[in-house]
Amino acid sequence: MIERLLGFRAWGQRWQGLASRIVAAVLGGYVLAALFSLAALALPVARSEAVLWGMQLSFLAYAGTVVWVFAVHSAWRAWAGILLVVVALLPFALCVWRAGGVL
Amino acid sequence: MDVKKTFRARVDALLVMSSKEQAKSRGIRQSMSDLHIWAGLLVGWILYSMFLTGTTAYFREEITRYMRPELVAAVPPPAAQVVPRVLESIRTQSPVTTQVSITLPTERKPFASAFWRDPQAPGRGFHNGVFDAQTGQALQVRATQGGDFFYAFHFNFHYMSAIWGRWIAGFCAMFMLVAIISGVITHKKIFTDFFTFRWSKGQRSWLDAHAGLSVLGLPFHFMITWSGLITLMVMYMPFGLQALPSQADRTAVNSEIRFFMPAGKPSGELAELRPLAPLVQQAAQRWGVDNVGAVQINNPGDAAARVVIVRQQAQRISTTPHYIMFDGVSGEMLQSKDSSGPAATTQGVLYGLHLGRFADIVTRWLYFLVSLAGTVMVGTGLVLWTVKRRARLPDSEKPYFGFRVVERLNIAAIAGLSVSMTSFFWFNRLLPLDMVQRAAWEIHGFFIVWAGTLIWAMVRPAKRAWMELFWLAAILLALLPVLNVFTTDRHLLHSLRQSDWLFVGFDLTMLVFAALHAYLAVRTARHRPRAKSARRKGVATRQDAVSLDRLTPGERT
Repeated sequence: MIERLLGFRAWGQRWQGLASRIVAAVLGGYVLAALFSLAALALPVARSEAVLWGMQLSFLAYAGTVVWVFAVHSAWRAWAGILLVVVALLPFALCVWRAGGVL
Repeated sequence: MDVKKTFRARVDALLVMSSKEQAKSRGIRQSMSDLHIWAGLLVGWILYSMFLTGTTAYFREEITRYMRPELVAAVPPPAAQVVPRVLESIRTQSPVTTQVSITLPTERKPFASAFWRDPQAPGRGFHNGVFDAQTGQALQVRATQGGDFFYAFHFNFHYMSAIWGRWIAGFCAMFMLVAIISGVITHKKIFTDFFTFRWSKGQRSWLDAHAGLSVLGLPFHFMITWSGLITLMVMYMPFGLQALPSQADRTAVNSEIRFFMPAGKPSGELAELRPLAPLVQQAAQRWGVDNVGAVQINNPGDAAARVVIVRQQAQRISTTPHYIMFDGVSGEMLQSKDSSGPAATTQGVLYGLHLGRFADIVTRWLYFLVSLAGTVMVGTGLVLWTVKRRARLPDSEKPYFGFRVVERLNIAAIAGLSVSMTSFFWFNRLLPLDMVQRAAWEIHGFFIVWAGTLIWAMVRPAKRAWMELFWLAAILLALLPVLNVFTTDRHLLHSLRQSDWLFVGFDLTMLVFAALHAYLAVRTARHRPRAKSARRKGVATRQDAVSLDRLTPGERT
């Protein structure tokens, strides 16, 4: 009985980890890519050029994030990695928003 | 030789690594393999249809011409003569038109096409038509979407708003990009395995075919997926654009991607539109004779008339817009664009590589073949999922639900799509020419047949359904040239006699695809799934695990 319960718990944990990773990959990846495309506007090139670089490369950032999320050992690590990059990109994105009058 | 020995030694060393290290190194490849399998499977059926219809889009104009057999091509006159004739024809038909856009004939599409807006017509009032390049008169052709249907389907789908379709297509393309990257990581011996093909070895052969086709076209597959996302990036990733301070800034970025001139307000003051031939000639001098692509006229007959001449895309790779804008009354040049920055050029080149409009006939066939390899890559991947799991089924007569779903969807998505795409051509020949909503019914027909193949795949035993649908596709494909004999006057012999290579090429391609499908049907019929081996039944020994690992690193789930 206890064994079965433990088995069930392990199963639950496994699926929880997987679900967490899927959310991290799909949503976390999109947020990261979106911030990346925004931060690109801080590049010292013409604004229309910066927008275009940001949009084009954001898809690679997205794909890279998804691969990272499933490559690391735990879902926690995946989230931590995403958070780290998001925190690094956020100041640039905030500057861009402020300059554009969004904030 | 020495290098090979060291390589061997290193492989052996790797194999006797401590179990902990081994688990770790297997860990990443294993998780990438899982990611590859599931990212590929979950959207594989949609991806397959996007890939195959997108592949045919490299012959979009040719398919459209094949589907309008009553139009016989003539060598078109220079652009400067075509534009005034077509415009006159449109203005006679619709004197109050406020906007006309004329696309000039090319070698691939020797007719002018145009759309124009009639403010007195109901709705938004847009009309379109095909025009004889010589006379400028509207041509009477059967109503059909032609090759444009497959083209539009590969990113818009159908029976839903284009916005939804494009989000779905983008979602699937993102999965594809992830599947490509994780597939490469999974597949460590990418170079050696490219030269390995284990024929008639069941699962191994499927794996080798899948890996071989993927590696063969890898740069293409990566390019086509990434650039596909780029073609719609303004929709998928609008945040940078939205962060710009003004609408004018946003318009400036958009105009780096594609030419767009808003209709513009008429002044209300009448003024004669300037003759267009000299303006077109001016553009032809600037870019070269065959380089005038389209002409847009806003508010003709009004003092605020504008004429924009846009450069053709077939003569260069990048799709960044080059154009000249004239005052329609004075003929003064108001604006021109001939160059773009590095980021705009990068997206223009990727966009251009995706569309392949620059390709000549040889490059076009290469595009078609490598894109077909991509289609087969997705198809073999889907089949591999079932082949691998079938061997491990406890009872192969009664597979579990998920297995049955994948198996049946594979049949309809792969064999079924061949049947329905071919039947689209059949409907084009068989539906009455004066039928109401004819073009729409060609498309309904396509979907009805596709749905029919799905039902067939669900009610028949799997192997029989594969065979029957492959045979059906083969028969429909093989008989299409025969149908041509009875429904058009452009049958194969006639085309050969006239050196009409487009029709000859189309008919022969159908016969080649018919043979391919017949071959697949025969192979399916002969296929005997091998009995479960002892290794799969029992617990694998360590030695077995190692040798399996050595052969196909990413194959296990």
